[in-house]
Amino acid sequence: MSTLLTLPVLLPMLGAALTVVGSRSATLQRIVGIVVLTAVAAIAAVLLVVADHSGPIVEELGGWAAPIGIALVADRLSALLLLVSTLVTLAVLVYAIDQRITDYGRGTASTTFHPMYLMLCAGVSLAYLTGDLFTLFVAFELMLTASYVLIMRRTSAKRIRAGMTYVIVSLMSSLLFLTAVALVYAATGTVNFAALAGRMDMVSPGLRTILGLMLLVVFGIKAAIVPLHFWLPDSYPNAPGPVAALFAGLLTKVSFYALLRTQTLLFPREGPWTLMLVLAVLTMLVGALGALAQNDLNRLLSFLLVSHIGFMLFGLAVFDAQSLSGAALYAAHHITVLATLFLVSGLITRRTGTVALDRMGGLLHEAPVLAVLFAIPALTLAGIPPTAGFVAKLGLLQAGAAAGPWPAAVAGVVILASFLTLYALVRVWVRVFWGEAKPPIPDDDPDDEVDVGTARSSVPMYVATAGLIVASLAIAVFAGPLSALTGRAGVDLLDREPYIVAVLGTSR
Amino acid sequence: MVTINLAMAVLVAVLYAVGFFLLMQRSLMRVLIGVVVLGHGTNLLLQLVGGPPGRAPIIGATPADTFADPLPQALALTAVVITFALTTFLLALGYRSFVLVGHDEVQDDVEDARIARQQSQDDEP
Repeated sequence: MSTLLTLPVLLPMLGAALTVVGSRSATLQRIVGIVVLTAVAAIAAVLLVVADHSGPIVEELGGWAAPIGIALVADRLSALLLLVSTLVTLAVLVYAIDQRITDYGRGTASTTFHPMYLMLCAGVSLAYLTGDLFTLFVAFELMLTASYVLIMRRTSAKRIRAGMTYVIVSLMSSLLFLTAVALVYAATGTVNFAALAGRMDMVSPGLRTILGLMLLVVFGIKAAIVPLHFWLPDSYPNAPGPVAALFAGLLTKVSFYALLRTQTLLFPREGPWTLMLVLAVLTMLVGALGALAQNDLNRLLSFLLVSHIGFMLFGLAVFDAQSLSGAALYAAHHITVLATLFLVSGLITRRTGTVALDRMGGLLHEAPVLAVLFAIPALTLAGIPPTAGFVAKLGLLQAGAAAGPWPAAVAGVVILASFLTLYALVRVWVRVFWGEAKPPIPDDDPDDEVDVGTARSSVPMYVATAGLIVASLAIAVFAGPLSALTGRAGVDLLDREPYIVAVLGTSR
Repeated sequence: MVTINLAMAVLVAVLYAVGFFLLMQRSLMRVLIGVVVLGHGTNLLLQLVGGPPGRAPIIGATPADTFADPLPQALALTAVVITFALTTFLLALGYRSFVLVGHDEVQDDVEDARIARQQSQDDEP
């Protein structure tokens, strides 16, 4: 059973190698990509069921026992996020493949896209499944290096600047991460999470705080926590449509998962965490208010992405079983809904030829399907009942209200940020779908500051987007069992014991 | 009692300072050198946290109390490979920027500048 754990990492890597070798055949690349990701999704589902039924699954690589060797661990939280992430990557891949077929024809193979896409998926899987801090660093590097290539593909002079900011900021945070790993090792003599959980308690409180804050800064940069978010609205909007959807859906959430894992396992605390409450408020408000100022559809979505990271931080800040459960459920919801919104934005901009909201209008009559595809994830993100966003937010609000006056006050900010989100998205709706129809902007328009170009969108692109919307609706439909599952995950995170016992074989 | 080598500690501090200073420059070439220097600092730190140097950790060949800690060396080796790969990527990026734009400076955000312009127009009476 535990051998299954290696497959979500190995299969995409092998797939990537195959797509390099078979880079002459576009069909082969597409089949490999879709088959591999479907298989990983199936494996993730099995892992989730088993981990939920009989506790965390552990695989010790190379047969070296846990604190010495590298352990892969799947518990409820990581298996759930792995499943959701893989489903999203699968849908985005279908969308991307069809966009390529529509734009360049059926026979055009790519030497970079498919291998890098699968390597990114391998990195994401490894980040969710790894049981030690250094392997987490390697997983991030795997994921980010692939993302550097994806964001820089087909760069124009306008796009290259955005990519540079992204690469440099990510590189710096990676080096900080490595520094944190070195210092953690110096303080404790191990990098295994389960062993660290025991040994961190013996480190002096001052040093422990410093290590905790260093990891917070590292994952804060990668997860775009205000004030470390500045690079995100600057770089994501300039990436090609499906790539932006992939990044928006996955990268920040993987970082949030790492933050959640390290803070709960290594630096457990009693009661709410004031610093994180402040960061959550800042992130929610700066993101939502920033979104209101934007005229560029993708930048607006990027700011909303930042804003909603704050909701998950709120769950981490309150630090009890219910709030952690809420944060996990919110992460699952956030992955699907943000990816969907960016895909829909891709469909919209392919029709209008611009990302500038003031140059769009009247799409409702021309493309009613698009209007529906935009409306559902928009309402989901704003958290209107009975969508998944509402279900996820409700858990967070209940936990916050029960945890004392300050968390309750921040819960008020959560509601405010939800209204601001709704306002921003309604504004988009009014500008894009209502009003007089405006002609599409041609590619070579000098006033158009971001090149998107008009192009036809094929039916499978709509189907992939609709599939993600169905997934997001499924979160709402199965809210009961899902929140029960994340509830158990939240208890596990707080308790730490099941994870440590599963990895080390003994309790601390 | 493990003591840290003062000269090494100062060297790591200097490498970090120089690295971060260069990262804040506009020219991508300097940023690249910054990443390299910072990477060296980090790898040196990884080496240092392994404690004092010792003999090769092979069971049976050397007594166990003279072993060097092998783990930080393995970590540093992995990190060196990763930094190397990213350095070459940045180099290619700088070249691409030079070909496309004619220089390798990281430029201002166009949309950000536009919103700032709009703001200053709104402020005028």
